[in-house]
Amino acid sequence: MTPLPYRVTAKRRETPDTWTLDLEPVSEPIATPRPGQFTMLYAFGRGEIPISVSGLPGDGAPLRHTIRAVGNVSEALCDLAPGDGLGVRGPFGTCWGLDGAEGRDVVIMAGGIGLAPLRPAIEHVLVHRDSYGRFAVLVGCRTPGDLLYAGQLESWRGRFDVEVEVTVDSADPGWHGDVGVVTSLLPRIPVDPDNIAVMMCGPEVMMRFGARAMVERGVAEVDIEVSTERNMKCAIGHCGHCQLGPKFICADGPVFPLSQVGPLLAVRSL
Amino acid sequence: MATVPGCFVVTPSDLSALFGILDELGYRTLGPTVRDGAIVIGEISGISDLPIGITDEQGPGRYRLRDGVAGAWFGFAVGPQSARAHLSPPERPLLEIRSRGPTLEFVEPEHHTERTALFGIRPCDLAAMEVQDRVLARGPHPDPRYVAARDTTLVVVVNCGVPADTCFCPSTRTGPRARSGFDLSVTEVVDQTDHYFVLEPGSEAGVEIVERLEHRPADRAEVNAALATTEAAVEAISRSLPEQLNGRLLAAADHSRWDEVAARCLSCGNCTMVCPTCFCSDVRDTTDLAGDTATRVQVWDSCFTLGHSHLHGGSVRADTRSRYRQWLTHKLDTWWDQFGQSGCVGCGRCITWCPPGIDLTVEAAAIVGGG
Ligand SMILES: Cc1cc2nc3c(=O)[nH]c(=O)nc-3n(C[C@H](O)[C@H](O)[C@H](O)COP(=O)(O)OP(=O)(O)OC[C@H]3O[C@@H](n4cnc5c(N)ncnc54)[C@H](O)[C@@H]3O)c2cc1C
Ligand code: SF4
Ligand code: SF4
Ligand code: FES
Repeated sequence: MTPLPYRVTAKRRETPDTWTLDLEPVSEPIATPRPGQFTMLYAFGRGEIPISVSGLPGDGAPLRHTIRAVGNVSEALCDLAPGDGLGVRGPFGTCWGLDGAEGRDVVIMAGGIGLAPLRPAIEHVLVHRDSYGRFAVLVGCRTPGDLLYAGQLESWRGRFDVEVEVTVDSADPGWHGDVGVVTSLLPRIPVDPDNIAVMMCGPEVMMRFGARAMVERGVAEVDIEVSTERNMKCAIGHCGHCQLGPKFICADGPVFPLSQVGPLLAVRSL
Repeated sequence: MATVPGCFVVTPSDLSALFGILDELGYRTLGPTVRDGAIVIGEISGISDLPIGITDEQGPGRYRLRDGVAGAWFGFAVGPQSARAHLSPPERPLLEIRSRGPTLEFVEPEHHTERTALFGIRPCDLAAMEVQDRVLARGPHPDPRYVAARDTTLVVVVNCGVPADTCFCPSTRTGPRARSGFDLSVTEVVDQTDHYFVLEPGSEAGVEIVERLEHRPADRAEVNAALATTEAAVEAISRSLPEQLNGRLLAAADHSRWDEVAARCLSCGNCTMVCPTCFCSDVRDTTDLAGDTATRVQVWDSCFTLGHSHLHGGSVRADTRSRYRQWLTHKLDTWWDQFGQSGCVGCGRCITWCPPGIDLTVEAAAIVGGG
């Protein structure tokens, strides 16, 4: 339960309320996280919250996190400046099934801040591009100004080996892209149900609709992964806060195959 | 008559020496004592601290003390407290965080685990300690302070002869007689003519304690009398929990009974505070006035609070129905998936201490269809 001291080395504003922080250990680092895992970030005197790893770890890369300021702790973390100290515990939880997805088509679907935990998965597929089949990245957010990693999405869009589609719930005049919920992008992509891996993160309704659409197109529930969210205090299976029915999301998740959590996510207020 | 190996008889006056012996062996003793009209767990230095001759009357939403069998040491059932508060205190400092320039320094507070004898805990509470062990000591991240407290705790379990109306340990197979996990087990035999204790050591430490007490080997009749007390307790217990609830309560997540119980439940969380297996915790963060030192304190939490399931945008379990359902399905159903056993040891506390007297055995039976 004791964090390791880290400091902020770089800070980037992604949207009006969301920042990406690069972190380095003051002395000892945490173990190298894998895409899909999260850490517990401690802001001095304010508290500790779970935040996903948002950049492909390893090879001297900094520990990267993208944080949306929504309350007490996330606001304090977004207020940190380069050089400021914080605490990090982890990494915790399950990772995206990138190894199992090798040789298959990959579809990534993200809503809002849900793109953050998926970015390392996207980066991994792009680094190991020959190991995967067709690759599609579908992104939805509220308005064009809420789009995370806009520059990076633009550069991916310029590649021929990945299909990137972005949609917004409501557009402003400068927007020439799609308008609508992210699930409306699904009909555009080819689906070979026997040879696909789907990874989703976003609001629970988005994941429910997205998963249903994929299942209707013949994709097996074991081939659809979702990343789930609950209140977390300990991340080690002790505090009881993150339960979703029989699952402790901090330890059994946050990434689950839909076959394990589909029925649980369907129960209201579980 | 032939003696029974491993069983010893000690008289009440000789058992009084136990507290001095525990003290000599370096233990502080916690045990049953009367405070504010209830039998709680407190420091015990001699028999005058015990609720001798006192019994309890318990029912749904009801608890009171009255005179029981004169001279009986253990003529009562469980009170509101269990071993849980000793092993994982309701409030404990986790960390001190010092701000050294921009860098943070994390310091774990010194903690001293006092060797403690839990005297007179009941078989259900011993079973509850083993339930909590699986959560806090046997997982991939053992809680060092829980483990330290557990390793320095000596258990003197007392088998039950006088169960409460709310007890149902036979159906959860956790009582009224403890089978393992204790250092010393005690059964009180008290009737018109006799008053003695049958002791069974369950560890080296238990053997040593018996050796230091005035004792003699128990004969078959005495052991049979001890067994008869717990058999009588089984007969006296009428409540029972339906068997094999794993997989059956959550499957009935839409049952109308959840609405009915939610109309009675106050979301007060009493049930979770008295339950010996509940383990939910929260953390509190504060900063000192100078602003360069902060602390993290861990406190007991309850799944009945709104904050327990708080997420940005609101609580997942915003109504009492979903919170009662979380409590019951976790305790009796999903605990099996998580830890391979039930989260209920049949102590009945949550029935007694529930202001409207909600009885989980009745609720579970109604939901799975009669039980
Ligand atoms: C696995 C996982 C990964 C995540 N990854 C990311 C990510 O990459 N980026 C991101 O931006 N977000 C992420 N989140 C969400 C993020 O953790 C939350 O937004 C964050 O916890 C909000 O904390 P806060 O202090 O800023 O907000 P607050 O709403 O102030 O909540 C702070 C804490 O205070 C408590 N609290 C608040 N209100 C109450 C109340 N009324 N009663 C009792 N307690 C209360 C809550 O328990 C909460 O934990 C992730 C969540 C999970 C579970
Ligand atoms: S659920 Fe009730 S009866 Fe079961 S162990 Fe907890 S308090 Fe005792
Ligand atoms: S079941 Fe009873 S004790 Fe538990 S929260 Fe509801 S009213 Fe309180
Ligand atoms: S976050 Fe504490 S049990 Fe999962």
